[in-house]
Formats: sequence, C-alpha cells, structure tokens
Amino acid sequence: MSSRDYILGRIRWSLGRGALERDDDLHLAQRVSNPKPNLIPKRGGGTHKQQISLFVKMAKEVNATVSRLKSLDGVPRAAAKYLKDNDLGTALRLAPHPDLEKMNWSALEVTFGPSAGDDLNSLVMAYGGVAETGSLALVSGQYGPTTLNFLPDNHIIVLKAEDLVGDYEAVYARLRRESNNADFMPRALNWVSGPSRTADIEQTLLLGAHGPRKLHILLVESDGQEG
Amino acid sequence: MSENEKNVGLFVTCLVDLFRPSVAFAAVKLMEDAGCSICVPQRQTCCGQPAYNSGDNDDAKAMAQMVIEEFEHFDYVVAPSGSCAAMIRVHYPDLFADCPDWLKRAQALAAKTYELLTFLSDVLHVEKVEAALDRTATYHDSCSGLRELGIKQQPRKLLDSVDGLELIEAEQAERCCGFGGTFCLKFSEISSRITDDKCDDLLKTGANTVLGGDLGCLMNIAGRMTRRGETVEVRHIAEVLAGICDDVAPISQGKG
Amino acid sequence: MELNAHNFKENARKALKDDDLQASLQKLGSGFPLKRLAAMDRLPEFEGLRDQARDIKDHTLRHLDHYLEQFESRVIETGGKVHWARDIKAGRKIVHEICEAVGAKTVTKGKSMIGEEMAINEYLEEKGLIPIETDLGEYIIQLRNEPPSHIIAPAIHLRKSHVEEAFRKTHTDLPKDRNLDAPEDLLVEARAILRKKFIAADVGITGANFMVAETGSTVIVTNEGNGDLTQTLPRVHIVLCSIEKVVPTLEDCTTLLRVLARSATGQEQSVYTTFSTGARGETDPDGPDEFHVVILDNGRSRMLGHETHDMLRCIRCSACINHCPVYQSVGGHAYGSIYPGPMGSVLTPALYGLEKSCDLPNASTMCGKCEEVCPVRIPIPKMLRSWRKKQWEDGPVPMVERLGLNWWTWWVLRPKLYHRVAGWKMRVLALLGRKNGHFKSFGINKGWTKDRDFPAPEGKTFQQLWSEKGGRRL
Repeated sequence: MSSRDYILGRIRWSLGRGALERDDDLHLAQRVSNPKPNLIPKRGGGTHKQQISLFVKMAKEVNATVSRLKSLDGVPRAAAKYLKDNDLGTALRLAPHPDLEKMNWSALEVTFGPSAGDDLNSLVMAYGGVAETGSLALVSGQYGPTTLNFLPDNHIIVLKAEDLVGDYEAVYARLRRESNNADFMPRALNWVSGPSRTADIEQTLLLGAHGPRKLHILLVESDGQEG
Repeated sequence: MSENEKNVGLFVTCLVDLFRPSVAFAAVKLMEDAGCSICVPQRQTCCGQPAYNSGDNDDAKAMAQMVIEEFEHFDYVVAPSGSCAAMIRVHYPDLFADCPDWLKRAQALAAKTYELLTFLSDVLHVEKVEAALDRTATYHDSCSGLRELGIKQQPRKLLDSVDGLELIEAEQAERCCGFGGTFCLKFSEISSRITDDKCDDLLKTGANTVLGGDLGCLMNIAGRMTRRGETVEVRHIAEVLAGICDDVAPISQGKG
Repeated sequence: MELNAHNFKENARKALKDDDLQASLQKLGSGFPLKRLAAMDRLPEFEGLRDQARDIKDHTLRHLDHYLEQFESRVIETGGKVHWARDIKAGRKIVHEICEAVGAKTVTKGKSMIGEEMAINEYLEEKGLIPIETDLGEYIIQLRNEPPSHIIAPAIHLRKSHVEEAFRKTHTDLPKDRNLDAPEDLLVEARAILRKKFIAADVGITGANFMVAETGSTVIVTNEGNGDLTQTLPRVHIVLCSIEKVVPTLEDCTTLLRVLARSATGQEQSVYTTFSTGARGETDPDGPDEFHVVILDNGRSRMLGHETHDMLRCIRCSACINHCPVYQSVGGHAYGSIYPGPMGSVLTPALYGLEKSCDLPNASTMCGKCEEVCPVRIPIPKMLRSWRKKQWEDGPVPMVERLGLNWWTWWVLRPKLYHRVAGWKMRVLALLGRKNGHFKSFGINKGWTKDRDFPAPEGKTFQQLWSEKGGRRL
C-alpha cells in the first residue's frame, strides 16, 4: 500500500468515517474557493494617512529606517544619499522593474538582475506594505529576483504609498484580483519586517544574521494622496 | 437552621481535616457570619484528586461517588481549597462522561460547589470582614484555583477589608509553588527548585506573612521556608479573614 | 536524536546542578514570557484570534484528508511534487532519492523539527552527503554534535563560551588569534562561513510552519533569513512537513501567523515570513528548479480522533515550553526528546511510545500555565492526565507508587475507620512535633523532607473537634 493510501486511510479510520461525501467535499471546496477573512485587528484600519503613520512607526520599531519621498523620481537621489550617509559606496544592484528602469541612475553604479552574492547593496520595488506590523510584501518574478532580498548586506525597498494597506488580507485580496487565474501566488512571497536578526547566542539580540544587515524603506507618497 | 439561612455542606478536604482544622473552623465562622448554616457530613475523606491525577480513574470515581452521594442534597458545597473545589466542579463531570446517570448528578453537584473565597465574595457578596491584622502580606495564587476556577480578585478584595493589613503583590504570584500533589514526591528535586524560586519571589516582597487558599501549597511553601530558616509566617487566608491568627501558630512553626 | 526520555530523572538531576544551564534558563524565564505579555497587551483582539486559531485547526483536523488532497493537487498544479511518507524510514528514503537524482553533494538546511524527527542529517551523512545546518542555533549544536534543547531556540542552553569553543574547534582556517569576545564577533564569523555554504549547496531543505491548501504553498517563518537563502539558491528545494500543518486558506494561515510569533518571542511578526509555491517559472530570474514537499505521518494519523487529538493543533510556537516551571528548572535536554516541555510530554509518547517516555507526562505539577498560554488553546494537562491513565492501566508504574496510591484509596473509601485512626494518629504527630511545629525527617517521606520541613498537624482532626463541639451533621 502506498504511503499516500496508508495515510489518508488512517486519517479516515481515526476520524471514524470513510472518504467525505460529495456534498461535504463541495462545501469545503467553497471555503477554499471563496476565502473569507477571519478577525482582522482594528489596528491597521483608519485613514490612509493614519496607516502611513502606523507603517512608519512599526517599521522603525523593527529597526528598518524610513525615508519619505514625494515622488518616484526622487528614488535614485534618496538611494544615493542613503548609501553615502552610511558609507556603503556607490554600487547598487536593482530589480529589473519597469518603474526602476525608467529612473535616472546616473549618480550611482547600477546593474539590474538577480544577485550572485557579490552585491553589497540592492534596491527592489515592494508589491505592497502592511501598516499593521510595518511589513513589506515582495513577490518573486521577472521584476523581483528573490536573491536581491537576501544576499546583499543592505536592502532598500521602494514602497508606493498607494500600495500600502492596513492588513495582510488586503494584499492577498489584491493578488487574487490582479491575477488571471487560480495560480495567483508567485513562486516566493516574502513578507519582510525589518533587517535580519538572531538571538541564538545567549538570547542577545543581534541584527544582521544571514539576510540583510540593514533595511531601508523609501516610502513614496505622491502629492495629493490624502486620507 | 432558619428559613433564610443557606444550607451549606462543608467539604473539609483531607489536608485541612488532618493537619489544620483551624482553617475549617475559620471557614465555618466566615460563612455563619454571612448567614449560612454549616453541616459537616462525616462520610467524607478525599475528593479523589490524587487518584485522578495519577490516572487511576476507577478509584477516583469511587471516591467521587461517595462525595456526590454525601453532598448532593445541600444548597451549596464549599471547600477551603481551590484544587478540591476544582476537582468537584470541573473534573467530576469529566470522570462520569460515560455514565449518564452519574454524570447528571456530578453536574448538579458541580454547579453548586464553590471554593471558600469565591463563595464568600461572589455568592454571599461579603464585602468586608471584621478582622484586623497589623502585618504585611503577600498572596500566592494556587494553580487550580487560579486557572480552573478563576480565583484572583476575590482573596485580594477580602484582604483589602482587613484593617491594618497591607497587601504587597509578588512579581510571580501566579507561578506554581512546586507542590503538584504527588509531583513533589515523584520529582522531589525539581519540586524543591520550583519551591525555592517561589520562596525567593515571596520573600522579595518584604512581606512578613504569606497567604494562600490551598493548604497543600501552603504546607509546601511553609516547609521550605522554615527549612531555610526564614521567619515569614505562612497561613491560610481564612485564618486571617476570620481573625484567628492569635489562636494558631503559622504553618510549620511552633507556638513560639 | 536517540530518544533518552527514560533517563529523565537522572538527566533532570544533572541539569539542576549545571550552573551554565541554570544561568541560561534564568534568562529564558524572564525573557520570552514578558515579551509575550507585552505583545498581547498591544493587540486587543489577541484572545479572539486565539479562539479563531483553535477553530481553524479543529475544522481542518476534522477534514484533514480533504485538505491534504487539496494541498497536493495545488502543489502539482503549480509545478511542485508531493511525496507522502508514512514513517521516518519512508521519509528519509524519499529525501535521499531526491538528492541522489540531482547528484547532490552538499545540502543546506533551514530549521525543521520534522528534519530532527527524521534525524535526516545522520541519514544523509551515512549516504555520503554533507548536510549543513544554517539556522545559527542549529549550526552551533551541529558543531557540538548535540540535539536541540528547545523547539525554536535550539542552542538556548549554551553560553557564549560554548559557541566560541565550537567555532575555534571547527573553523580552523581562520586566524587562531582572532577576537571572538563579543556575540557580534561570533555572528559575523558564522555569517561569512555559512554564506559560502549557502551558495555552494546543491539542495536546500526547509521545514514548513504551515501548508496552505488553497494555493499549495508552504510557509516558513524565520528571523535570520537562512531559510530563504536555503530554499532560493540551490537547484532543488525540499520541504519537510507533517500532515497536521495544513490550513485551508491564506486568510486562515494569516490568523495563525498573528498568534504564532507573538506567542513565541513576543514579536509582532517574524522578520521573514515566506510563502513558497511551486518551482521556478519561466520568467523567474532565480529560485529552485524543483520544489518537493515531503508530508510525514509518523503516528500523527493515529492521534486523530483519540485522546491526544487536540495536540495536533500545535503550531510549534514554544509558549508552553517557555512558561513551564519544570522546563524552566531543567531545560530541554533533560526530557531526552527533540520535543521537550509540556508539548513534548504529550507528543513524545504519541510518536515514540509511552513505555519509552512514561516519565514525561508525570513530570508536571499540572499547574496549567501551558494551557493558559497556548495560542490554540490545547488542553495539555488533560492530555498529560490521559497518558497517566493509560500508564496506570497498562503499566509501567513503579511498585511503590502503585502501592502508595492503593493504600491511600483503601483508607479513604472507609471513612469511619479512616477518621478513627486519623484521630489518634494526628494527635500523636502533633505531640511529637509541638516544639518546632514541624518534622525535619518523616520516615519514608524522604522526597519531601530532604529539602523541606514537614509541618506538624494541629492535634485532633477537624471531624473529631466538630463532633466534640456538637456541630451539625447530616
């Protein structure tokens, strides 16, 4: 008997039944095909302005740094300033995202694509941000190589304020909405809340474990984006 | 017993009966002062907890049946112990889950069984006691009472009404004292360590009195305190509330 | 790890005398519990979320077969492969075959309790592969060749000096006179060493905190980023998980995630929470070519519908472990199982058999703190008791314990005799103990009197005194 048959058979035997009736199966399938949110904390609610404030507060609490920009055009300058202020040189590996490719990167030495491990700094576009915990959603794909999120020492993430929502559920709803089919999940959806850390040595909190040592968020609030 | 008096059966508990009757007398006084008539059935010994916690359900059932038969006719059943009251209130129905007749009786008894302080505070609505005691005290929350019966505010409210008594909260008042029934015998070294931590925490408050609602915990704490040479007095809260501290030595201490 | 649960008493004895361990445990006891409280205070909906988390798990377990089949279809639809493993032997074979198929030499590993349960490192080493733990705590204990002592902080029992010793012994290419005084120095060194391994690895193995039926995704939760490097860089990603980790939807997973980190370390969210779905697509510039999910049973299907059914709700947060006064006193190794503390005391007998681990369900004061803090409200004391019941009925119970309890039972079921004998016995004891109010030794009661005085009784029993007073009887 295959392990699969054994396990499923065993589960059914333990639950005191056979395979589920077709009606039950359909009913359960409904739960999955029409997913409903459970209890969502009020914390991420409020006006968009409040959500932005909360996001910045929570992100800083987990040791991310945040710069607030008025428009996407300001990204290269803000990135250059960040690298300069932190003595990180002028090399920057960028995600091949159309928004980023459009920008003027003359002030830095930039290249586009995934990281092979030699990059000190990377900059990517966030799919979304969640005010509830100051977390960023990064999706893998042609515009978002996953390696840029973990190999470089210093990670800069651009988040457009219009992509900032109150809770995780809103991000999932958007992923489903924007996709054409049932396979709406990227290969990797990385939720990032601050730079990497560990407390494995005598329970002492240390930043910069295996992932990035620093996380800098460029929060772009286009003019007129009031709550 | 007059018409207005509540007919209360006192479940003495084995430890109080054998080691510290004063606690039961204090409980009786407190309830009588609040308008109860107390009856003490003779045919009672143990609530069955040691057997139950050792997995000996058959014997625990036998003990429970004795308790149910003896006490089910009262208006209320009160025990000066969180763990014994929890045994009756929470676990007797579990014990008889498979016996519909006994289950009904167990549920009926459970519904009217109370730990002493809960009974005084939540049923009799006693707001103030007449006692006075010029001491500082800290309260140990026994695990069963706290987590199975929700006893937290009741002892504190009542102690607040004792003239002259200053209550100081221990940082880890809710942490187990290490008694755990048979645990302290089966795993005595671990138990001693946990008891030591509890004693350290209680002593840190600077209080000269340690109070609690469960004699098992109190005997454990008191026994460790006197072995350590500490002079802090350990008592059952009922003794303080009933104002009988002068009549009985603290637990594990001589009349001195 | 070889199960060593039958040596609990001896292990615990040693642990109580181990000063280094005691210092580490002190830190644990005052660390995680306070952080959890702070996180709870900040989230007014926490209790409601716990209820929902429990309900989601309960619903899923009742329909576990359905959701596992759903999960499997979705993994396949998104380009992954699912392998079912009835037991450890089957699981190990599957993992090895996947590695062999790609000619793997080195395998990086994110932290996985299922991996520990399978003792997969040992097995892969036997087969000539080189498994490398990448979670810092796991890496440290791998170097020291010892098992984890905590399910989320495996090296919590160690001091900095132990880590330094292990690094100096293993990283022999580095200058002998290098400074490793600060924890920071150790971290920097580990980061550099492991970075090379991440990049060179042929296969990456991670665990999964959750499996999402809706999307066929597996979820890992880390702070270090090692899990992500493990699963992104190699050609092959293998996920080791177990049947009870599946949840229906992303929303259900989110509810559980909301209570997971807060219950574990008091964090609002772990630094990295990653949902992995399928293998590298055509447009993916990086990621593994193959995505394999190995679903292990190893006795869990037997727990369903039986006394330890509720234990399958466990999301491995470690809150029960962090708050347990017994664990706080003796640490994880004393339990002799990769699953220590309260959850381990329920799970270990279920997975390995009661006979080999019967001390564990007994090593509890039944204080109930574990149940109080469990994010999915598992009634751990109830399940410990059910193991004790099985033990009482089927053995083994030490003769002295069985006799002792039977002796007590005999007396208490004969109240008339009990009260008559107790009456004079207590009076005698009271007389003997009246000077100090206690006894320093008490015959067979050595367990008590070794470290405590035994309080003397007041004198006559209450029943006697009540009779003398003419108190009301039935």
